[in-house]
Amino acid sequence: MGVETEFGIIVRGAGESNPIAASSVLINAYVHDLARAGEGPRTTPKVGWDFEDEHPDIDARGFTAEGTLAPEVETHLVNAVLTNGARYYVDHAHPELSTPECADPRSIVVYDKAAELILQRSMRAALNVLPEGQEIVVHKNNSDGKGNSYGCHENYLMDRQVPFGRIVAHVMPHFISRQVYTGAGKVGTEVAGLTSEDVPFQLTQRADFFEEEVGLETTLKRPIVNTRDEPHADAQRYRRLHVIVGDANLAEVATFLKVGTTALVLSMIEDEFLPRDLTLAAPVAALRKVSYDLSLRQPLDLADGTTMTAIEMQWEYLDRAKKYAEEQGLECIGAPEIGAEVLRRWEQVLIGLESEPDSVAGQVDWVAKHRLVAGYRDKHGLDWDDARLAAMNLQYHDLRPERSLASRLGLERITTDGEVALAVTEPPHDTRAYFRGKCLQRWASQIVAANWDSMVFDIGGDPLRRVPMMDPTRGTEAHVGRLMAESSSSAELLDRLGQ
Amino acid sequence: MAERELKKKSTPAREEEVVEETPATSEQGEKIKAELDDLLDEIDEVLESNAEDFVKSYVQKGGE
Repeated sequence: MGVETEFGIIVRGAGESNPIAASSVLINAYVHDLARAGEGPRTTPKVGWDFEDEHPDIDARGFTAEGTLAPEVETHLVNAVLTNGARYYVDHAHPELSTPECADPRSIVVYDKAAELILQRSMRAALNVLPEGQEIVVHKNNSDGKGNSYGCHENYLMDRQVPFGRIVAHVMPHFISRQVYTGAGKVGTEVAGLTSEDVPFQLTQRADFFEEEVGLETTLKRPIVNTRDEPHADAQRYRRLHVIVGDANLAEVATFLKVGTTALVLSMIEDEFLPRDLTLAAPVAALRKVSYDLSLRQPLDLADGTTMTAIEMQWEYLDRAKKYAEEQGLECIGAPEIGAEVLRRWEQVLIGLESEPDSVAGQVDWVAKHRLVAGYRDKHGLDWDDARLAAMNLQYHDLRPERSLASRLGLERITTDGEVALAVTEPPHDTRAYFRGKCLQRWASQIVAANWDSMVFDIGGDPLRRVPMMDPTRGTEAHVGRLMAESSSSAELLDRLGQ
Repeated sequence: MAERELKKKSTPAREEEVVEETPATSEQGEKIKAELDDLLDEIDEVLESNAEDFVKSYVQKGGE
């Protein structure tokens, strides 16, 4: 599994600015700062990304898109591969960081937080290359409050055998109901025709922007279930479910639950340990209805004629997941204690939301943000459309430590500073990201290109040599750690890999 | 109907835990509330100085 986050970016003190150029400056500043400090490749400014296997236009439903705008791969923009196995690049007009492939949801939280440190260091490094008085500021949010949205996408590796229709049927109600704890909160709404009187505050950044149930788009007419079928792995065996409906979270527990519960639901779908059919009568409308309902008590119409609240739907998924854990174990989402922790946290958050939402302000972003904004509003007697509340809504996500509001709210940590700092440069040991990251640490000058499922070496003399990495579960420390340690050069490594 | 049956099934276990967790939760709630009050007192120093300009100039291109 992995998470890709597009960050909001502004240049302060520059008047008009070009966000693509600013994103490039930011990322290049980071790469050069690493090189200067001797922590990154010295001999090559950066390892290029290899686009040969990028096909974001292939549809999981088995056809190539017609009449829809397939995403284009922009090959000319800045692309860096980091020694922790992550990809850091310019996508559209945003800096984007894709975590390395992780084996469990806790590891995702560690690398998601490491990404924040990488962006923070990038902002500091950019100060040195920008003219006096200018500053690049990055926000970990998903909307500018004016109808423009950018994503935080989750990716889950799945068995290719599972029929896509079954995934859609059972994951869509989860995507709609999980908003009660995955939402990062938003002041107001960006739907044309609605005002802050209709929606003063909502649970999520993203619900305003979804118009379809299922589809390939990510930038227009966004679908709740995205069908991009680009596994970055052996396509005969795997699919990658590309989830675009979530918010970027600052709260560690929210990220842990967003990814942990979804991975569990997907495992149940794979193993046909299916929850009750919770298909909603009108999914797109339900997505917004949940997001707009701070009472968390609005009933949603199901296709079978009954009604349920989002929290009741989440209890249904949780009860099923507990049974799944008893009968089949939780190895599907990592070590047993991690699965157990997902179940425990999931239950705690639902109990809290049901009894007293403010009690989960340390775990759930929208609750933390709402308490702060509503508290400020009460204190100063402001209307919901006051610019100060809109500013706080943005500043919650500011990644500068001295400006971040989220960091002042006592959000609960489940990671340690030490492991997050380590994850800035060290790859996870239990996925193929290990091989990618370790090769970059040792032999960056001989790696001419890398992407998710291969690396290309230039060891001089011979033609370029491509190492395919089609299985994300191979290339781990257990698998190649000794081999790599024993190889004194990349040529030796490649020879031994070829044997 | 189905819904009511479902609720009956899962409610008892949950209520027990609510009772169990209430004291800790409200204690924690008090602490969080006190912290929030402090934060609200000092937050103007951290907030963007000209909220209106900041919000107006915060324009992003769509992404993804």
